[in-house]
Amino acid sequence: MRDMADKPLLDIRDLKIEATVYPPGEKPKTMTLVHGVSLTVEKGKVLGLIGESGAGKSTIGLSSMAYGRGGVRITGGEIFVNGRDILKGGAQGLRELRGKEVTYVSQSAAASFNPAKRLMEQVIEASLVHGLMSKSEAEARAVGLFRKLGLPSPETFGDRYPHQVSGGQLQRAMTAMALCPKPDLVVFDEPTTALDVTTQIDVLMAIKEAIRDTGVAALYITHDLAVVAQVSDDIMVLRHGRLVEWGTTDQIINKPREDYTRALVSVASHEHAEKPSAGNPVLKVEAVTARYRSVPIDVLKNVSVEIEPGHTLAVVGESGSGKSTLARAITGLLPPMRGQMIFNGRKLSNDLAGRTKEDLRELQMIYQMADVAMNPRQTVATIIGRPLEFYFGLKGSERDRKVQELLDQIEMGKGFADRYPAELSGGQKQRVCIARSLAARPKLIICDEVTSALDPLVAEGILNLLLDLQKQEKVAYLFITHDLATVRAIADSIAVMYKGQVVRYGAKSDVLAPPFDDYTDLLLSSVPELRLGWLEEVIAHRKMESAGN
Amino acid sequence: MHPVVKLIAQRLSLGLLLLLAVSVLIFVGTEMLPGDVAQAILGQSATETALRNLREEMGLNQPAITRYFQWLGGILQGDLGTALSNKKDIATEIGARLGNTLFLAFWAAAISVPLAIGLGLLAVRYRNRWPDKLISGVTLATISLPEFVAGYILMYLLTVKFRIFSPISTIYDSMSFAQKLNAIALPVMVLVLVVLAHMMRMTRAAILNVMQSAYIETAELKGLRPLTIIARHAFPNAIAPVVNVVMLNLAYLVVGVVVVEVVFVYPGMGQYLVDHVTKRDVPVVQACGLIFAAVYIGLNIFADVISILANPRLRHPK
Repeated sequence: MRDMADKPLLDIRDLKIEATVYPPGEKPKTMTLVHGVSLTVEKGKVLGLIGESGAGKSTIGLSSMAYGRGGVRITGGEIFVNGRDILKGGAQGLRELRGKEVTYVSQSAAASFNPAKRLMEQVIEASLVHGLMSKSEAEARAVGLFRKLGLPSPETFGDRYPHQVSGGQLQRAMTAMALCPKPDLVVFDEPTTALDVTTQIDVLMAIKEAIRDTGVAALYITHDLAVVAQVSDDIMVLRHGRLVEWGTTDQIINKPREDYTRALVSVASHEHAEKPSAGNPVLKVEAVTARYRSVPIDVLKNVSVEIEPGHTLAVVGESGSGKSTLARAITGLLPPMRGQMIFNGRKLSNDLAGRTKEDLRELQMIYQMADVAMNPRQTVATIIGRPLEFYFGLKGSERDRKVQELLDQIEMGKGFADRYPAELSGGQKQRVCIARSLAARPKLIICDEVTSALDPLVAEGILNLLLDLQKQEKVAYLFITHDLATVRAIADSIAVMYKGQVVRYGAKSDVLAPPFDDYTDLLLSSVPELRLGWLEEVIAHRKMESAGN
Repeated sequence: MHPVVKLIAQRLSLGLLLLLAVSVLIFVGTEMLPGDVAQAILGQSATETALRNLREEMGLNQPAITRYFQWLGGILQGDLGTALSNKKDIATEIGARLGNTLFLAFWAAAISVPLAIGLGLLAVRYRNRWPDKLISGVTLATISLPEFVAGYILMYLLTVKFRIFSPISTIYDSMSFAQKLNAIALPVMVLVLVVLAHMMRMTRAAILNVMQSAYIETAELKGLRPLTIIARHAFPNAIAPVVNVVMLNLAYLVVGVVVVEVVFVYPGMGQYLVDHVTKRDVPVVQACGLIFAAVYIGLNIFADVISILANPRLRHPK
């Protein structure tokens, strides 16, 4: 038994992972995703894997179950779990490993639960398939885990279907599903990234306590250093499939050795100086109340805000607070029931059909998901050229010249005009969307979570670009986000929304200065801070619960 | 009211409305044919007086709209009218024929539906490997073969070469159940071959589509066997598209089997319809058309209802 105790639970040696990609119109290419990474996890310890997308952290995490998504395959190295090389066990050996010794919690629990099955059936499935316990034992254990993870009415929670519970609850249920078969190792793959900050904190605490109480070891994958610092014993920083730095959590966040780690530690601490008032607002939203058809609840209640020319109003709140509905009301996609909007001194028709071409041109929008906001069959030049043709009638070389000007403005330069969206990175796609909205020479751009889907460093680039463009073009932004770091970096004024109402509104310096109302306090205190013990402190000092968990 | 009940009630009333519209179309269509029933009965050489008398007697000189409602009213009371060619009551005639058609369709469906879904599941399990290619290849070959060719080939093999079945599939009331089954074996085989490929390929495509989902990955990471994943996690989410194709094929088994019935001399609806079209027996054609439309609409509504019931979001609202 001494032998067993000495061996690490997970021992990955010189792991190499490749994938075959099929770029449009070219020959298939083989890319190396992970270049010889080694790591070990001891029993009962938590190792955090951190890096930007493309760093290979999820790929490495899944390799501990010998699993590769799509065309991803392990081409070199050894992976030992409990002293056994799992790459040599065959299909049967892998089935014995997965769901029994190693389990997995994904980023999107909402997509990872089968919509056609009750939660309980899915949570206990692995325990039953591997013959680890009887059905009644498994159900009793699941109920115990539901209770431990703070799920409402744990006795009956499992009777529900996935669509009947919230995102935060699903994420906890997935954690329960991973812990139910009493595994030795759980791979957490960005388990709180898709959640609101206020919900994230609860789920994070639940996961942390569950790990502590069950004594399970874990690989915790995330791009958010502040989050991983709360749960892991050690942290490994990865970039482009290579190890950058590996050390204790304390060492990584307080005494980083590598430049890249230092960049990660210092990111998101930007502060944008508030601009002085510029007189007449470009948009006045006056007492707008709106609801969706078929749902007899006001999604927006008496919302009044103003934006001055060349300024940024940040609208913050958790999902379901009505932020995006406000954008839909302003753009005319959801005509308000009551209230009015004054744009550039003229009254905007509530209904989209009643707006002039000028109204449409001066009010543009950028979306969270750049990939789905562009026609995949059109080139960048066509996408950006469309508003130039539609609003200004530009054609031929004149149009091409203007497209190139816009591309220069978004710092993408030559060679991009003929590309298709699929050939661009996430940040580049968002830049093209920005150029498309700028092409209309708008007075106001509504930015709906435009940096939420991007890595921190890429998001920072987009925010800086937006600030530069605002200086040059004097365009105003209505910036919808749930991320307070982003708000600090870009806003001049802030509206905090909660359950369809604006609960706090004013200049940035006023909104972010105490005394706070309870909700703003919750929101501000929920933003992960990069120091040890932060999570416990916040939980101990909370005044109210999040609405969305 | 439970939203599912409301949805189903909506579908049912839509179906009835559609059926009413079809009845109008059928009536108008036959109305537009040159000549009328009186002409058809008396033939080309009939005198004007004779025609007028007969029209009077049959109520044909009344406006079309009155006759439509008389016709519709009769149908609602189960009276489909009288056949012109043999003066028999259409309802009783069709009753027996429809029974035969449904008997044939039922057995063809009972074999082809489970077979198609099973083969679809297997094709997904061995995707792009030889079992998948074999299943796709064979079913595509059988669907490409016209029914009468398949029918005659089977007939040659199984009745001439090896004397297993009878080439004539006519069934009578006096036959025992086993005798009837034996008689329809050949047409059932042909029908199975015809409808198999469509359902199998749709099952395969629908499940493959679901196999891309994140919850399939979850199932794989639980260490489940591939066939368990397909049957337990993928198939329940592919029911809606599969059911739609199955119902289309079932409808075909009821309304589209004319050729097979003729080839095997089977006394079903198709043959009955074709016989009376050649005789210009308008009331029979109208009645058959309406019944076929009802079967088609009914099966499609049934498919809709199953799709609704298969959706947990509708079955268990928040």
